[in-house]
Amino acid sequence: MSTKMIAASAAVASLSMLWASSALAATELQWWHAMTGANNEVVDALAKEFNEKQSEYKIVPVFKGTYPEALNAGIAAFRAKQPPAIIQVFDVGTGVMMGAEGAIVPVAEVLEKGGYTFDKSKYLSGIVAYYSKPDGTMLSFPYNSSSPILYYNKDVFEKAGLDVNNPPKTWPEVWDAARKIKTSGAAPCGYTSTWLTWIQTENFAAWNNVSYATNENGLGATDVELKFNAPLFVEHFQSIADLAKEGAFRYGGRTSEAKQLFLSGECGILTESSGGLGDIVKSGLNYGIGQLPYHEGEGRPQNTTPGGASLWVFGGKSDEEYKGIAEFFNFLSQTEIQSRLHQVSGYLPVTMEAYKATKESGFYEKNPGRETPIQQMLNKEPTENSKGVRLINLPQVRDIMNEEFEAMLAGQQDAKAALDKAVERGNSAIQQALGN
Amino acid sequence: MQNVVFPNKILPYLLVAPQIVLTLVFFFWPASQALYQSAMREDPFGLRSTFVGFANFSAIFSDPNYLHSLQVTVVFSILTAALAMGTALLLATAADLVVRGRSFYRTFMIIPYAVAPAVAGMLWLFMFNPAMGTFAYLLRRNGVMWDPLLDGNQAMILVVGAAAWKQISYNFLFFVAGLQAIPKSLLEAAAIDGARGSRRFWTIVFPLLAPTTFFLLVVNTVYAFFDTFGIIHAVTGGGPARATETLVYKVYNDGFVNLNLGSSAAQSVVLMVIVIALTAFQFRFVEKKVHYG
Repeated sequence: MSTKMIAASAAVASLSMLWASSALAATELQWWHAMTGANNEVVDALAKEFNEKQSEYKIVPVFKGTYPEALNAGIAAFRAKQPPAIIQVFDVGTGVMMGAEGAIVPVAEVLEKGGYTFDKSKYLSGIVAYYSKPDGTMLSFPYNSSSPILYYNKDVFEKAGLDVNNPPKTWPEVWDAARKIKTSGAAPCGYTSTWLTWIQTENFAAWNNVSYATNENGLGATDVELKFNAPLFVEHFQSIADLAKEGAFRYGGRTSEAKQLFLSGECGILTESSGGLGDIVKSGLNYGIGQLPYHEGEGRPQNTTPGGASLWVFGGKSDEEYKGIAEFFNFLSQTEIQSRLHQVSGYLPVTMEAYKATKESGFYEKNPGRETPIQQMLNKEPTENSKGVRLINLPQVRDIMNEEFEAMLAGQQDAKAALDKAVERGNSAIQQALGN
Repeated sequence: MQNVVFPNKILPYLLVAPQIVLTLVFFFWPASQALYQSAMREDPFGLRSTFVGFANFSAIFSDPNYLHSLQVTVVFSILTAALAMGTALLLATAADLVVRGRSFYRTFMIIPYAVAPAVAGMLWLFMFNPAMGTFAYLLRRNGVMWDPLLDGNQAMILVVGAAAWKQISYNFLFFVAGLQAIPKSLLEAAAIDGARGSRRFWTIVFPLLAPTTFFLLVVNTVYAFFDTFGIIHAVTGGGPARATETLVYKVYNDGFVNLNLGSSAAQSVVLMVIVIALTAFQFRFVEKKVHYG
C-alpha cells in the first residue's frame, strides 16, 4: 500500500474525528493509563468529576493494559501520528520518554499555556527531582508513587520464637530471622521478595547511599556506566544466593509474583511495594509492617526512591488542547484530590499539603503502616545516590539483571559473576540504545 | 479432465479479490515494513532514523543470545511437534477402536483447540506455578524439586507441555479423518493373513497416513515457531535466564520491551526466511517420500 493512501485514510480519519469533536463542543482529551482494579476506579472518578465541573474540556480515560503495554501503545500511537493528550508512564519508562525530546511537551510548559505555574515547592522533593531535567525543567506530572517496605507474618514469627513487635531492621537481621523461620519449621521458607531489581538494586542503592550508576544514577546525563557490582551489592546478593541454597529464601518471579508466597503462608517475611498492601489486608493474614531493611553503616538508612508513574503530555496538539490539559493538571494538584488519591489508592501523596491533611485527619493512626513508605522517602535530603535511577533503557537493563539473578539463584554462578555480567551486558545495551 | 470456462471475465477476479486484499494488507505490507525497518536504526519514537544497511543483521548473528535463542527454538519445536503428533496419533488410533460413544469422545478431544494460547498458558501456569499450583504442590510433596522459575529445563518441559496439549486436538482431528479414509478391506485382508495389531499399524496404517502426518508436520512446526508466543508469554516470559526464549519471543522482547526496533525487525526477517525455507524444504524433499495413494 502506498504512503499516499495511508496519508489519505489518516486524513479522513482525523477529519471525521474533527467533526465528531466539534459536534460535542467540548474538547476531548484522551488519557491513556495502566491502572487496574480499585486504582482504575479512581481514574474514572477523577475524570468524571473534572468533566462535571466544567464543560469546555472532556477527559476520556482509556485503559491500555500493563505499564509497559501502555507505554508501547503511546509510542505506537505517536509513530502513527495519533497520540493521546496525556499518557501515564511508569518510573522505569521515564528515561525512555525523556530521550524523546520533540515527542513530548514538558509539563511546566503545558501549565504555562493554561496560565498556571508548576510550583515545585508544593511537591515532595524526591519526586520533583526524579521527574525533572538536569536543568530543573519539570517534565511530567507526578501522579502515583510507591515505595518498598517489609511485611512479616506475625503468626510465623511467634512460632519461630522471633520478636513479634520488632521486625528485623537490617539485612543481616533479615537473614538470621529467615534462617530461624526455616530451621524452626515455622514456615517452609523464611524470606522472599518481589521485584529484585527495583527493591534490591535501585532502592537498595538509595537506601544504603551507594552508587547504582555514574552521573547521579543517570539523572545528570544519559551516558552512564553501571556500578551495581560494587562490594556491598555482591555481599548482599551472595547472602540471598546462600539463603536460596538453604531453602530459607524462595524466588517468586521477576515482578510481584512473590507476594503469593507470603499470602499463602509459605514465606514468613516479604519485601514488597507499599502499593501491594491492599491484597495483604484482604487476605486476612496477621501481618506487620516494617521499614525496608538496610546494611549498617555511616548515615544509613538514607531515603528510598519514588516508584510509581507520572503523566506525560505529547507534542503536536493545539493550544486549546494544552489549555485543557493544564486545567486538568491544576484540578489534580488540589490538596483535596491528592489526599483522596492517597487514601483510596494506597499510593503515596505527591504534595506536602496532601500528606499533612491526611496526617491531620488521623488516617495514619487508623491505618498503621501507611505512613512508613512516606517516612522512608522523606527520611533525609536525597544525595546523588538516592534520587532514583534513570536510564534510557531501564526496562532492558532490568531484564538483563533478572536473567543473571535467575542463573545465580539456580546455582549456576555466584553473586560476583552475576553482577559483573549484568553490569557488562547492561553497559553495552545502554551504549547501543544511545546509538553509540 | 474437462476444462471449465467461465463466461464472465471480471467475476473471477472479483471473487478472489478479498483474499488478495487480505494477503496484501496483512502479509505483504507488514513484511515490506519489516524489511525496511531491518535496514534502519532509530529511536523508539521514530524521531531520528539512520540507514545502516545490514548492520542489524550482522549484529544479531554475532550476538550469542540470538544463537542461543535459535537453539532454544529448535529444541522447543522438535519436542512440541513430536509430543503433539505422537500423543494425537495414539489417541486417534485408540478412538478408532471405540465402538460406543465414539462421537462423544471425539467432541471432547477437540475442546482444547478452542482455547486461546494465552488462556492455555494461564491454565498450565496455575497448575504448575511453584507458588500456587496444585500439581506443583503434589510434585514437591513427592520429592521432586519442582521450580520452573529457576530451573530452565523444567520451564522448557512446562511450555512444551502446554504448547503440545493445545495442538493435540487439532492433530487428533486430522488423524481420525485420515484413519477413516483407510480402506477397511486392507486391514481385514492383513488380519486374515495373520498380521497382529502393531504390525497392521506399521505396515498399513502408518504408511497410508503419511500424507496426513506430513501435512501435520508442516502445520505443527509452523505452530511451534509462531503461534506459541501467547503460551510462552503467559507461562515463563522467556525465562528463567532466557531458557525458553524462542525466536518469536525475542522479536517481541527486543522490539516491544527493549524498544530496539531495527534489531527486532531484522530478527523477524530472519524468522520469515527460516519459515519459508523450512516449508519449501519440507514440500520439496519430504513430500517426495510421501505416499499419497
